[in-house]
Amino acid sequence: MSGPSSALVAPNGPLGFVMLCHTAFHRAAETARHWAERGCPVVIHVDRRVGRWSYDKFMADLSDLPNVRFSERFNCEWGTWGIVAATQKAAEVMLEEFPSVRHVYLASGSCLPLRPVKELIAYLDERPRTDFIESVTTEEVGWTIGGLNMERFTLRFPFSWRTQRWLFDRYVALQRRVGFRRTIPNGIVPHLGSQWWCLTRQTLSAILQGPDRTLYDRYFRRVWIPDESYFQTLVRQVSGNVESRSLTLSKFDFQGKPHIFYDDHLQLLRRSDCFVARKIWPNANRLYATFLSDDATAQAGGEPNPGKIDRLFSKAVERRVKGRPGLYMQSRFPNADWENGRTAAPYSVFQGFTDVFENFEGWLGKVTGTRVHGHLFAPDRVEFAGGEAVFNGAIPDSAALRDYNPRSFLANLIWATRGERQSFQFGPADNQTLNWFMALDGNAQISVISGAWAIPLFKSNRNFADIRREAARLQKIEIDHLAILRHSSAKARIRIWTLAEFIENPMEPLQTIVDEISPRSLRRLTEAPRMTDLAGFGQFLQNLRNQGMQPVLMGDFPAGGDLQPAEARRGRPYLVK
Amino acid sequence: MTAVVNRTGAIRGDSILLLSTLRNERVRLPYFLRYYRDLGVNHFLIVDNGSDDGSREYLQQQSDVSLWVATGSYKASRFGMDWITALQRKYCHGHWTLVVDPDEFLVYPFCETRPLRALTDWLETSGIRSFSAMLLDMYPKGPMDAQPYREGQDPFEIAQWFDSANYSVKRNPGDGNLWVQGGPRARVFFRDRPKAAPALNKIPLVKWHRAYAYASSTHMLLPRGLNLTYDEWGGEKASGCLLHAKFLDTFAAKADEELERGQHYANSAEYRAYRDGLKTHPDLWCKWSEKYINWRQLEILGLMSKGNWA
Repeated sequence: MSGPSSALVAPNGPLGFVMLCHTAFHRAAETARHWAERGCPVVIHVDRRVGRWSYDKFMADLSDLPNVRFSERFNCEWGTWGIVAATQKAAEVMLEEFPSVRHVYLASGSCLPLRPVKELIAYLDERPRTDFIESVTTEEVGWTIGGLNMERFTLRFPFSWRTQRWLFDRYVALQRRVGFRRTIPNGIVPHLGSQWWCLTRQTLSAILQGPDRTLYDRYFRRVWIPDESYFQTLVRQVSGNVESRSLTLSKFDFQGKPHIFYDDHLQLLRRSDCFVARKIWPNANRLYATFLSDDATAQAGGEPNPGKIDRLFSKAVERRVKGRPGLYMQSRFPNADWENGRTAAPYSVFQGFTDVFENFEGWLGKVTGTRVHGHLFAPDRVEFAGGEAVFNGAIPDSAALRDYNPRSFLANLIWATRGERQSFQFGPADNQTLNWFMALDGNAQISVISGAWAIPLFKSNRNFADIRREAARLQKIEIDHLAILRHSSAKARIRIWTLAEFIENPMEPLQTIVDEISPRSLRRLTEAPRMTDLAGFGQFLQNLRNQGMQPVLMGDFPAGGDLQPAEARRGRPYLVK
Repeated sequence: MTAVVNRTGAIRGDSILLLSTLRNERVRLPYFLRYYRDLGVNHFLIVDNGSDDGSREYLQQQSDVSLWVATGSYKASRFGMDWITALQRKYCHGHWTLVVDPDEFLVYPFCETRPLRALTDWLETSGIRSFSAMLLDMYPKGPMDAQPYREGQDPFEIAQWFDSANYSVKRNPGDGNLWVQGGPRARVFFRDRPKAAPALNKIPLVKWHRAYAYASSTHMLLPRGLNLTYDEWGGEKASGCLLHAKFLDTFAAKADEELERGQHYANSAEYRAYRDGLKTHPDLWCKWSEKYINWRQLEILGLMSKGNWA
């Protein structure tokens, strides 16, 4: 057989490769040569749709190898019978022409061996009767395309899924409606699994030479994606030793397209201990140079362990499908209620607290260790903590920029400060655009002392007519806001007290809020913020009433005597646990 | 528009093409061409709009550049897009096509280990026709003219900084594209007129079809489906960034010249704002500015995304 131009080839061993190729033939040729030179016969199928010129060149490239064959060509359109027919024919050539072969490995032209082939042979030598083929029942698979599992086997599919999708879908729907069902021959149980298997001569020949082959072929010819079910089903009829996994590392993304390996996956592939991987990007020069050389020193050589690669790819799919909560950017802009988290992290909104307490912001920062801003939505400027002109993420304090897109402003701030909880003050004098957004945001903790906005008016040195007008305006705004907060669809953690309620017993609400912000600390508050002096506030409210403005949000304030926090709770509250 | 040198015969079926319009960018050209050659651009199609600084002579000598000269008005040609569209229709059908200015540098996921063709191959197998890359304004620390740009230099040795989370994103209901604004230009030059701040959304990489057209710079495409480079159901599509090396020492001179010519969008309002702003705010840097490291940093910051490319 070996003429003068023949390559140096080891004698044929117990492992042969069937390769299905349709593109990147220079790479397929390298891989085929690698295997063939190491004593593994190779039978190659080239998709019939490939042009004459490429095919001839491919053949010529490998013509010096005595143990390489090219098999009869079929059209290999995705999801059709051609791929199975090609596999059958090539496997028959393998079994017939290379009697030394005990295991036949089905690979593609974009597969790459990751471990020396002698390790794979040794691995198979230890398991001479085992068939490695992923083969699971239709109930157990979660990865099928088009929502079809069992129906792949009971409906007819005359139209192409890729090029005639509309007809494909209509025809499936029609068959469902009329209750059409194909009968499955001999009562075999359909199994599905990865197309890439490694079967023993006994099993493979039993499938290919079995008495019912014509029957099965006729049936599977009309099954959808038969390359994922033909061998996977029939192996169960003839093999006593199925190891239901593929020796080829091959991962699919959420659209059913295979993930591709590049040069930067080198270390990951090396450590995976898998024997063969697909799909390799044809221009991954480093991968081909590394894994097709014999210098690839034999590793520990254990069981294949694709865990790390699995995680990498499943994380990628998750990013594509779920994305990062609270991120709005050029390639993630979720529709309402599809945000998977409207903002990136929990934050707290305080309404009225700085009116009731004189040093609330400083106190809150100290007690909770969070970043405490002033009124972020104040009309004239963004009141960042410490009066900063620019904050995390380079967000400026310009009210015009903020009001141009308030949602971006808040989402950006929460996104840019991930890891540090943000708190800010809010009130009816602020920009109210985001009231719904925050109420529907599960990350928001909104605490309101209703009517507290009247305190600064009470203390202001303005004409009473102005005060009355402003009070009416703010009250209307707060009433609207409270209606939103009390709406049944609100998802934020919302607490509302009237001013009178709150003043009577301020420590309990504060404790609840603080515990929720930093649940791990669960410290009893020993120091309360300093409450502002409200002597005469009851009378102030009465004056508003007398002038025809009805303050309704403050709760019960006696016009004469002033409300005081319950005496017993003053000073050192919660001494008793 | 007339051809100065037409080497488009060298374009092969799978060539990746780059198109650009420019005027007086001689000092930038060596690094620009090298950057995109290294990424794997096979051929450059460039329109020179009246350069007199040697840009034309330099480009003529480059074996992978085809060069046209347009003497008409930049403004009347829809800011150069008419020239680009004509070239695209003639030479780009069926090719992956990148349209960038000489101060825009594409970064995409894995760009330091995978050439542009890895990206276009992946987009192609994933059935994606257009790839979004937001314009990321880069700036130096200190006055813009403090560190002069030398020919051939990586401009981001000087303009190392950017705003990490200062961007407004809106949907443009008519054309389906997103409208991104913000960054240092909004923060400094447009803080009182946010609506006028320049658009940063760009879709520069497209598997071109002769029926396609850029509607407004590279911000928007027709047909509209090409603008859906974002996911609407919570997920992230793959995207990149165009690092924008506009704010170098060359900027002040450019702003004056362009204002003089009055050939830019909305009567050059942008350049006017810059020139006024430059007098009072020579420094775009602030203490929350982020120093550029690599694409992974931009990915973590949420300015771009790997999508499901791993």
